[in-house]
Amino acid sequence: MRRPSVRRLTALLAAALLLPAVAGCGVDEDDAGLVIYSGRNEKLVKPLLDDLEKAVGTTVAVRYGESAELAAQIQEEGDKTKAGLFFSQDAGALGALSAKGLLEKLPQASLDKVDPAFRGSAGDWVGTSGRVRVLAYNPGQVSKVPDTVHDLVKPEWKGKIGYAPTNASFQAFVTGMRVLEGDDATRAWLKGLKANEPKVYENNLKVLDAVGKGEVSLGLVNHYYWYEQVAEKGESKVKAKIHFLPGGDPGALVNAAGVGILKGSDQAPVAQKAADFLLSEKAQKYFAEETKEYPLAAGVTSTVKDLPPLASLDAPKIDLGKLESLQETLKMLQEAGMV
Amino acid sequence: MHSTDPVAAADPAVRPAGATAPAGRLRAGRRPPAALLLPAALAAVFALLPLGYLAVRSLERGPAFAWDAIADERTAQLLGRSLGLAAVVVSASLVLGVSLAWLTARTDLPGARTWAVLVTLPLAVPSYVAAFTWLSVFPGLAGFGGSALALTLVSFPYVYLPVTAVLRGADPALEEVSRSLGHGPLRTFLRVTLPQVRPAAAGGSVLVALYVFSDFGAVSLMRYDTFTRGIYTSYRASFDRTPAAALSVVLVVMTILLVAAEARTRGRAGQARTGTGTARPAAPAPLGRWRMPALTWCTAVAAVAVLMPLATLGYWLAVGNSATWDPAALLDTAGTTLGVAAAGAVLTTLLALPVGVIAARHRGRTAHLLEQSAYAGHALPGITVALSLVFFAVRYADPLYQELPLLVCAYAVLFLPVSVAATRAAVLQSPPVLEDVARSLGRSPLRVLREITVPLAAPGVAAGAALTFVVCMKELPATLLLRPTGMDTLATRLWTETGTGSFAAAAPYAAALILLAAIPSYLLGRHRT
Repeated sequence: MRRPSVRRLTALLAAALLLPAVAGCGVDEDDAGLVIYSGRNEKLVKPLLDDLEKAVGTTVAVRYGESAELAAQIQEEGDKTKAGLFFSQDAGALGALSAKGLLEKLPQASLDKVDPAFRGSAGDWVGTSGRVRVLAYNPGQVSKVPDTVHDLVKPEWKGKIGYAPTNASFQAFVTGMRVLEGDDATRAWLKGLKANEPKVYENNLKVLDAVGKGEVSLGLVNHYYWYEQVAEKGESKVKAKIHFLPGGDPGALVNAAGVGILKGSDQAPVAQKAADFLLSEKAQKYFAEETKEYPLAAGVTSTVKDLPPLASLDAPKIDLGKLESLQETLKMLQEAGMV
Repeated sequence: MHSTDPVAAADPAVRPAGATAPAGRLRAGRRPPAALLLPAALAAVFALLPLGYLAVRSLERGPAFAWDAIADERTAQLLGRSLGLAAVVVSASLVLGVSLAWLTARTDLPGARTWAVLVTLPLAVPSYVAAFTWLSVFPGLAGFGGSALALTLVSFPYVYLPVTAVLRGADPALEEVSRSLGHGPLRTFLRVTLPQVRPAAAGGSVLVALYVFSDFGAVSLMRYDTFTRGIYTSYRASFDRTPAAALSVVLVVMTILLVAAEARTRGRAGQARTGTGTARPAAPAPLGRWRMPALTWCTAVAAVAVLMPLATLGYWLAVGNSATWDPAALLDTAGTTLGVAAAGAVLTTLLALPVGVIAARHRGRTAHLLEQSAYAGHALPGITVALSLVFFAVRYADPLYQELPLLVCAYAVLFLPVSVAATRAAVLQSPPVLEDVARSLGRSPLRVLREITVPLAAPGVAAGAALTFVVCMKELPATLLLRPTGMDTLATRLWTETGTGSFAAAAPYAAALILLAAIPSYLLGRHRT
């Protein structure tokens, strides 16, 4: 009964099973000399990693994902990990892997290229580019921009602030405040901010747009969004301005993207080369010019117009590895009803 | 003729649970044959892998630590939010699904076939795309209302499809008898039609509820904290797997309770005819002066569920410049997506087949256990299932890790219930008496399965496969973690492009995903049992 159709069905099934094997072959990582887990978005860093492949002299396979999810994956893989290098979007994920003892110590020569403020205290990860928290403001609505985030809880800013509470950078900033000023002060500040009825946006870009349109007067964002918009649209079209906070204010936190070499892979030598490439002048210039971040390796300065030099910023002094204590921050944000 | 009496059949109150089922319908007490039991057990073990992982992870720092993570008052709050959202989405899906199913399958609604296809198409829209399109037009929607709206609009076809299948396949004689006995149309609908579709609607509702439990994309964009979002945040915040795993266990328990509750309300429904003759197509009920309201209702649903996301995507496509188009990459990614989704659908269907047949034809503890295990992984967030497969693969199947077969396995774990539900419903609709005749003629159980059960249930099973195919195409978190390095699906490309805020660049991928997923959805809409 119905033999031919069964046979046809079987053939179809077999074809369906085989199809992906033919169609879906990407870069075979077994042939790759180096596998990079990249928490940084492909759109931002692919050209740089293509150059990296040439520089290290072996095939490089890149796996893109979210920094936090890749960090969880690396923990699950343990010493069986396929990755040689973890390229994280923020210091927190690197701090977490360092705390679990999953990262190799880096050679002193590599570490020394970067200011101690932007590398792991255990010497097992190093920052490759920096991003600064700034206040965006609408010059038509704000005559005097606050010099500290503590002013944002004042009644005069009620309903005039935009922020992205689910954004990792915002949460890292709150973690920074907790490390700098303690949990009680941070909790009080969050409550004050919430009482000021800030407007919630999905991401930094939306906050910046809202400030430009005058939906809100002030916004908490990262500096490079503004420089990217200026590069894309021209300065006259970008209505918002940004203000770098002075005096070591927690609102001026400088967070770092960075790399760590994973224990347990046999790719350490080539991962080392890759890390050095990311600290090379060529790569550092890429961060400066393409992603508008701060180069962190000594001797390279940003060429982006009007971007104040990193050394001139009055950033708070903080151990970036401690930004891994996000859990407490999340709890506070939840208690404050922000996320 | 018990099986043609759905009122009694669907209502456990009418037939006490302890009563013996009539011979040839449900084999109370008869053990499923080994030919079914072994593959079904294999599928169950497969589906239970995430549970094994969760046990290991949540207990790695002792039960006290896990309990602390669970006993937090936030847990109860998140659970309440997930349950509340699921209740609203399921209710709304039932109203949409059942009303549209009746209109398109049983009335003289103008263009019924076209509407049937249109209201199936929302299946092709990923929840995160639906949420995004609504937010981009109405930013104020964020929160509970927006989440409920977006989730309802993408998941009501889970109710619509099985209910339509039942309405098309069911014997109209029952309704005619009811009418001839002097019951009005409303009473007939409530007393005869509704009980007939109840098992299918309940099965669909479970899928909708599980979809809501496991959804991360829509609630995340809508900034509405649910249990799954809590699990994600936990991974993200602490880089710590223990609290997230402990929370996931709660989600699994919730799923099992839900599936058990559904099985209880389902009772002993059977929808197949025994006796002579075959069911003929029902004469369409005249809508009369309800024609315009009915058409308005269909138009409204199609407008918000189909037109709205398509129009927003069209807008993105229009504002995007040509530099964002890369047809070669798009084509390549589309091919890969079709391939992995097809493989996922095939594996899922093969695994679901024995479980579905047992669930439909056999009762008893084993059958229950098998069916419930199949659901275990479905409510879990994709990242939990993915991490559990990472865990098992690096330990016991290292060569498979980050290779295609593992990704396909993840799809099977995630979507087994979709296929089991479809298979079970399809087998229930085919008359078991034919199987009994074949058995009495000396055919082996395996031969009966191959020659009678599967061919009869084939259209329904195929519909389940098409549905699985669509959901595999849209899957994101497990695909991100388990795909071979360098491989992309339309969903992962979409994620990459939106990650930098370039929605215009993401639009071609979103459009391609919806168009491709629309093909099986279209076939599902036209599918007739």
